[in-house]
Amino acid sequence: MSDDNLFELKAVAKRFKKGKETISIFDDLNMHIKRGDFLAIMGPSGSGKTTLLNLLGGVDQPTSGEVSFDGARIDSLSEGQLATWRANNIGFIFQFYNLMPMLNAAKNVELPLLLTNLSGKERQQRVETALKLVGLADRAKHMPSEMSGGQLQRVAIARAVVSDPKLLLCDEPTGDLDRNTADEILEMLQLLNREFGKTIVMVTHDPAAARYATHTLHLDKGQFVDKDEPVLQEKSA
Amino acid sequence: MKDLYLVYKNLTRKKLRLFLTSFAIFIAFLIFGAVTALQGALNSGVEMSADNRLVVFNKINFTQSLPYAYVNKVSGIDGVKDVTFANWFGGYYQEPANQVVTMAVDPDTYFDVYEELQVDTQQKANWLQNQAGVMVGERLATVNNWKIGDRIPISSNIFSNKDGGQTWDLVVEGIFTGKDPQVDTGYMVFHYKYFMETQSWGGDYVGWIVLTTDDPAINEQVAKAIDENFANSQAETDTSTEKAFNKAFIEQIGNIGLIIFGVVFMAFFTILVLVGNTMVLAIRERTSEIAVLKTLGFSSPRIFRMILTESCLLAFLGGLLGLGAAYLAVGALSKMMARFLPNLVLGEDIILQALGYMLLLGLITGIAPAYRALRLNIITAFARG
Ligand SMILES: Nc1ncnc2c1ncn2[C@@H]1O[C@H](COP(=O)(O)OP(=O)(O)O)[C@@H](O)[C@H]1O
Ligand SMILES: [Mg+2]
Repeated sequence: MSDDNLFELKAVAKRFKKGKETISIFDDLNMHIKRGDFLAIMGPSGSGKTTLLNLLGGVDQPTSGEVSFDGARIDSLSEGQLATWRANNIGFIFQFYNLMPMLNAAKNVELPLLLTNLSGKERQQRVETALKLVGLADRAKHMPSEMSGGQLQRVAIARAVVSDPKLLLCDEPTGDLDRNTADEILEMLQLLNREFGKTIVMVTHDPAAARYATHTLHLDKGQFVDKDEPVLQEKSA
Repeated sequence: MKDLYLVYKNLTRKKLRLFLTSFAIFIAFLIFGAVTALQGALNSGVEMSADNRLVVFNKINFTQSLPYAYVNKVSGIDGVKDVTFANWFGGYYQEPANQVVTMAVDPDTYFDVYEELQVDTQQKANWLQNQAGVMVGERLATVNNWKIGDRIPISSNIFSNKDGGQTWDLVVEGIFTGKDPQVDTGYMVFHYKYFMETQSWGGDYVGWIVLTTDDPAINEQVAKAIDENFANSQAETDTSTEKAFNKAFIEQIGNIGLIIFGVVFMAFFTILVLVGNTMVLAIRERTSEIAVLKTLGFSSPRIFRMILTESCLLAFLGGLLGLGAAYLAVGALSKMMARFLPNLVLGEDIILQALGYMLLLGLITGIAPAYRALRLNIITAFARG
């Protein structure tokens, strides 16, 4: 265990009750994520990728085991404590953007800042910076219904980074986008990782998307499985 | 409150729905305001009547008169403080549509018994001097624009003047006011003696007797004593407190309280169901948005508050507009109906009551969806789509 680790999972189990049956998604999952990693998680549908992301993001709790973030356990926090923890540490990016349809781009990006003590003026400055970063400074007043998928995802990225969290969690961020747009988004994530030092965990189906990451883990039936990653080496060199 | 913008945007995101629901609330509070003001006007006679004031009517019914001699006999009964009497005149000013509530009263005692009325001493002295003088209530004077010294011909459909006409020329000698704005001053009084001497039938009867007791506690006892005193005589009496009489009088029109309660209840029940249902649907549509807010770190209690704020804003939006409209409507109506419903006002008490109902409406219609959002689980919400 070193200080390089942002995340550490020890003997994590996650089970769901479905009627009388208990479904076990993870039995004994161990992993760590280093600061500055851009980790891609791949695996077949139903392998537990989203569940893992939920555990990392503190929206779900393990049935047993330890989840530590920055040296502190988060697996025993209350619902309210977790909400605060998420607001302070995690930026979320979803497959279907999940923007608020009645708010314009700037107001959507501002949402996480409502959870801080920043003044209205400071919030506005941060929103401008975040929108500039994703190249949408001129779309601040646009409504989600007026934007393309790629633009929506960029607004979502601006929302995820506006409060300057250490970790970005992305669940299939390019799953709804065409190749070119997907590449734009992935380049943006790569930029955030390289230039801004954001640690990123990205779930994806798409091997091409995984190439942007510094590491790839394969999840199958609740276990990480070894796979050669020649492409990854090539790309990150 | 930083979330207010968010709440506002949620409230206004579906314009047609917002319009329809707030319009329903608008109507309900318009009805509430107008109807409650009307009820207040009808009841003001009951509420304003003094606790220790009794009225003595002929037992047959209140339009039958009593022998004049009864006045003195009533004065003699134990526990009776002041006694006065009155006779109905009715009357109209210039044209029959312009009804003026007029009574012929005993000028020496009338204002002693009606203590809630204020009269200037000099004006009262002048009135006592002038047989044809009349004391006009402030509201009635305002409506007709009468000033002291004005000569006002008042005609009757019931009585005839000895000179053959049906009109009495009265002179405004004073204007009496109420000690409290709700005291009825929409009528006028002139000399009983003058009335009796000038009308063709004459006679020595009075319409009814009004008295005060030494203490409200002995009202029952005094009333009983009076009625027993005149039992088996030429005119039996029915004595009751003024409050009870006014109440019974109003109830002749029907059980107004119950009717009004029914109307208001229906209006509120309807909007409760309508707005409650709308709120439930509106929040259900936002399930995944609420899950997103929670994921971003908005706490469940905070989202709970946001939804309650939204439902309360909706209630106050429609409610305040409705109450405002009721205020204007009652204001206009009270000008038109000043003669019949002198106390038609939408007062502070009604406003406070309405504000309370708005808050209640907001909380009741918001509580179920707010609770649902409070309990919403992020993972299952996303899983459902
Ligand atoms: N709340 C839940 N209750 C029951 N089963 C669940 C729940 N969440 C996930 N699962 C099941 O766990 C398995 C893994 O789900 P998930 O993590 O979403 O997989 P992935 O994202 O890799 O497709 C699936 O079989 C799914 O049906
Ligand atoms: Mg998934």
